[in-house]
Amino acid sequence: MDKLLQVAHLKKVFPQKDRPDIVAVDDVSFSLQPGEKLAIIGESGSGKTTVARLIARLTDATEGKIILAGEDITRAGGAQLKKAYAKMQMVFQNPVDSFDPRCTLGDGISESLINHGRSRAQATAITQKLLAMCELGEEFARRYPHEVSGGQCQRAAIARALAIEPQLLILDEATSALDVTVQAEIISLLNRLQQERQMAYLFICHDIALVQDFCDRVLVMQAGRVVEAGTAEEVINNPRQAYTRTLLDSVL
Amino acid sequence: MSQAMAPTVRRQNVRQNHLQKKLYIWGGLALLLILAAFFSDYLCPYDPYVQDMSMTKAAPSAEHLLGTDRYGRDMLSRVIAGSKTSIYATLLLVSFITIFGSLVGIICAWTGKWLDTVLMRLSDMFLAFPGLVFALAVAAVLGGGVHNAIFALAAISWPKYARLARSQTLAQQAAVYMQAARMAGSSNFKLIRKHVIPNIAGPILVTAMLDIGTMMMELAGLSFLGLGAKPPVPEWGSMMSDTRNLLPTQPWVTLAPGFAIFISVMIFNLLGDTVRDYLDPKNRR
Repeated sequence: MDKLLQVAHLKKVFPQKDRPDIVAVDDVSFSLQPGEKLAIIGESGSGKTTVARLIARLTDATEGKIILAGEDITRAGGAQLKKAYAKMQMVFQNPVDSFDPRCTLGDGISESLINHGRSRAQATAITQKLLAMCELGEEFARRYPHEVSGGQCQRAAIARALAIEPQLLILDEATSALDVTVQAEIISLLNRLQQERQMAYLFICHDIALVQDFCDRVLVMQAGRVVEAGTAEEVINNPRQAYTRTLLDSVL
Repeated sequence: MSQAMAPTVRRQNVRQNHLQKKLYIWGGLALLLILAAFFSDYLCPYDPYVQDMSMTKAAPSAEHLLGTDRYGRDMLSRVIAGSKTSIYATLLLVSFITIFGSLVGIICAWTGKWLDTVLMRLSDMFLAFPGLVFALAVAAVLGGGVHNAIFALAAISWPKYARLARSQTLAQQAAVYMQAARMAGSSNFKLIRKHVIPNIAGPILVTAMLDIGTMMMELAGLSFLGLGAKPPVPEWGSMMSDTRNLLPTQPWVTLAPGFAIFISVMIFNLLGDTVRDYLDPKNRR
């Protein structure tokens, strides 16, 4: 099967004045098959969010290559990037901040549909369907982000990410800001959607228990590098690296 | 819990209603001023240009409520006619600097790089001059006239808006929802129109409202110094200037346009304050 996402020797350096540059991501390579669920775990500052932002092209890579569905998007811009975003969407850590406070959730969800050529009426109809799929009532389309709870807002954010039917969903700590019961609901929603749509997930997370239940493969990051990679079973039950063991011990 | 909450909610409601009432009052008065300026031709009891040498420097009476000036022109009519020049010139000036300055600020923040540097250094240059002195110089070079006075004041006032819009836009650019909107495939133009402008409009609008009063004073100041409206066009600043030597003997002639400036500036300033309070999220439920 063709790889959906291929990341090769990715590097991101943040230049600093008067002190050594910060190497946030250093020589990270991995690939993702269609429909696969890959988790990136690691402590704070290990570079996992930067990897997600690099792949989503929200920041430019210093070195390396990002190939999405056979197309090199490392330096993509304009129309090529818009095309890439039709295949790849992201769900952010803080759901309320990820919606414009002056637009309704419905506007937020339908934005990508309208940008990709749907009429307003079509977009509204699809938005209703997406909200229902994410277990939100149709009245949520008219609500503002500050008028709903964190969990409801994250569902809306997932609905927005699904709108243009991407093949890859990047979830950057998408459940970290939510309480445990809501977290479980979001995970079961993601599981259901994955079965229905065969999407690939790139799951950035620091909750090991969640990763064990939810993901097929795991990458462990430390100080910008991938220190261990394998199936979720292998890495969690039989970690080879001392760092991974510390990480697992500190959680369990 | 709900008992403890109730007074707070009620207080908030009271405050919100109070603000709304203030907004209607000052907004209504400001609208009245603008309408009066618009319909000034119909509101003047006498022709503001017609001289009546038999009635020069007359004290206020039933016939001439604010008296007459040294050419026997009715002061009430001149003050009403002057509102057209003063208020319209001010509104034109403030709308121009708000739109132009904000656009420059948004473009600077959005494009960054050399364009940002060039435009911001240019605005620094304008800010480095003492404002009114620079405006005086510009107006003097261009010669008098309302339009040149507007141009002179616009030249010194736009950088404030450019700076404000730039910093606000930079803050918006960093927001997570802007990244989400970018990933939704929105073009730069759409990002600015749909997400940046609505989110930065509040503080810019408040600054503009508060500037109406200041600009009205500065325009009147330029006219007072003979660099604004030219006689016989009635304009409050130049009317005060023309008649200032009558202040000890016939004070109404000078005071009438003075009060007109005072009242208009006060109304627009209070409206600006109220709009600022109204838009402050801390006063929202």
